[in-house]
Amino acid sequence: MTDADAPAEGMRPASGTAPAGSDPPPVLAHGTAPDPDGMAAQPGAATEAVAPVSSPLPGAPKRRRHEFLYFAVRNKKLLVGISVVGFFVLVAIFGPWLTSYAPLATGNTGWHPPSGRHWLGTTYFDEDVFSQVVYGIRASFEVGVLGGCFSVLLGMLVGFTAGYRGGWMDEILNLVTNVVIVIPLFAMLLIIGGYLHQLSLLWEAALIGMFSWPWAARAIRAQTFTLKNREFVGLARLSGESSSKIIWREIAPNMSSYLMLTFILLFGGAILTASFIDFVGLGPQGVVTLGTMMNNAFFWDALDLHIWWWFLPPGAIITCIVGGLYLTNAGLDEVFNPKLRSL
Amino acid sequence: MRRYFLKKISIYLLTFWVAVTIDWGIPRLMPGNPLQVFLLKFRAQPDAAKYLQAYFYKAFGFNEPLWKQYLYYWDGIFHWNLGVSMFYYPTPVATVIGQHIFYTMGLLVPAIICAYFVGNRLGAMAARRKVLDNSILPASYLISGTPYQWFAMLLAFFLGALWHLLPESNAFAFGTTPVWTWTFIGNFLEHWILPFLSLFFIMLGGWAIGMRNLIIYELESDYAHWLQMLGSPARLVRRYAYRNAVLPQLTGLALALGTFVAGQIVTEIVFNYQGVGLLFFNAITNSDIFLMQGAFLLVIIGVLVANFVIDIVYVLVDPRTRVSMMGAEG
Repeated sequence: MTDADAPAEGMRPASGTAPAGSDPPPVLAHGTAPDPDGMAAQPGAATEAVAPVSSPLPGAPKRRRHEFLYFAVRNKKLLVGISVVGFFVLVAIFGPWLTSYAPLATGNTGWHPPSGRHWLGTTYFDEDVFSQVVYGIRASFEVGVLGGCFSVLLGMLVGFTAGYRGGWMDEILNLVTNVVIVIPLFAMLLIIGGYLHQLSLLWEAALIGMFSWPWAARAIRAQTFTLKNREFVGLARLSGESSSKIIWREIAPNMSSYLMLTFILLFGGAILTASFIDFVGLGPQGVVTLGTMMNNAFFWDALDLHIWWWFLPPGAIITCIVGGLYLTNAGLDEVFNPKLRSL
Repeated sequence: MRRYFLKKISIYLLTFWVAVTIDWGIPRLMPGNPLQVFLLKFRAQPDAAKYLQAYFYKAFGFNEPLWKQYLYYWDGIFHWNLGVSMFYYPTPVATVIGQHIFYTMGLLVPAIICAYFVGNRLGAMAARRKVLDNSILPASYLISGTPYQWFAMLLAFFLGALWHLLPESNAFAFGTTPVWTWTFIGNFLEHWILPFLSLFFIMLGGWAIGMRNLIIYELESDYAHWLQMLGSPARLVRRYAYRNAVLPQLTGLALALGTFVAGQIVTEIVFNYQGVGLLFFNAITNSDIFLMQGAFLLVIIGVLVANFVIDIVYVLVDPRTRVSMMGAEG
């Protein structure tokens, strides 16, 4: 798609949406300017981040890292985002020691509001909400990381191949990308889940990954296009390196920051999408997730019974984690992209 | 221009073909027989189960070769014959969907359009303005991380179940029939507010963030600097920046449609709002295979049509695409 269809499909690498969960999500770069050629990479972050890492000067890479660090500790978005996400990572890791109840252990006395014994109260079935939340956060991170990894890997595979090889390979991969990008992820998951009746955590993540890679592939392809004509790539090609080696040794490292930002967005999107699937009741069984908590709360009438402590915490936590990830992403973008630092 | 639309349309047609093939293929690929799960519900009535089994085998054409089944499926689609719903037996799927689609559109279209405009305005206001940026931006990040179903539950709980300000479920009061009378319209609107607000609010965040970043980018570009140097008022510069930034946001709208579908479905579930999303959900919980296939197909068609509309709007709005498409590239 070098010509005609470029304008409308233009380059909204990350800002274009998203790993299903988020709406037109937090924009990755300011690389969203209208791009009549459709070929040029995103003007903003991308091109900046792409400055060759393998600088000939011996001391250079180190200084660059210091520079990132300098801006990182001064970036409020990044700090807030990382601390929020970090806090929940800690809860996920150490939470189980803080609770003396198994997440699915039921008592027999109905629901109770938050108290000293049950920090976040108990559910309709007298299960401890706090311990459910703790295990739910774990599940959310698992799905998020796995789903994010799957889709970033697929996106890289397609994006690098299409961008580096070009030609008919590019045409075909582009066609596939354009088709998959239009099919709504959630409808796809619903219909697959509808026949399987439930998805295990791993399958859930795999399916999310399988259908949320297209915009990442598009962005990576555009990046690869600009990088493959640089001198150092040409040099590697001259020295007879294989294509896959060039991609992994020369191209990928030079867009590592970009890949990381993409992963963070996909990570957050996967958590949100998983929460939809779990809410609909197609999520993993026998495992507590934040989404299944909301599902149970909703379908056991927590709204009308006024058991607000049942559905309030899981959603609030998802909001914080995903919002924190997007904020981290925006902060990192500013750190990697000198253009935005003046803010 | 023609070439642009031809290319677009061919991609959409290809997508449609892929989606239909998936729709057809999934029940045949899945482990186990989806029919068995459904038929389990009729264990108590062996006669009915036997009849249904025979009926569905015939309807699915399971005793025909695969390629024939596939062709039959396409034939059905062209005649808008999507089978008979099991849940709403004996109503045909197409009819059931037709009864629900109005409610989905009535909710989704205003929510998308309002959120798009308000979100863009908010984002444009926030760009390069310290106080607004520090309030709107963090809020937008939180909003775009909010699961639709959770916010819908919050609204339903506080404004519905707790304070009884607005009805928290259904598209209209139980016992009323949908007719064009003022009482019904009033009743319908009353039920419409909460799901609309819930969708509108969550959709808002992404637009605000996107627009804010785009405006900053535009304000950094040469024409903006040039205008500033000429001494143009800041408002004028911003207005130009806004108009440029609207275009990529429009592309974003096309890409965001998929997530809006998800939002719509879970919101309809929470408010028990009888649109296609709730129908899709009911079809899944009841293993109503034909209804599932029909709902999926409808979602796909809806997204494709919406994409096409956005393509047209894009060309209408952006003079450059018109020029470049009619000019040099021909």
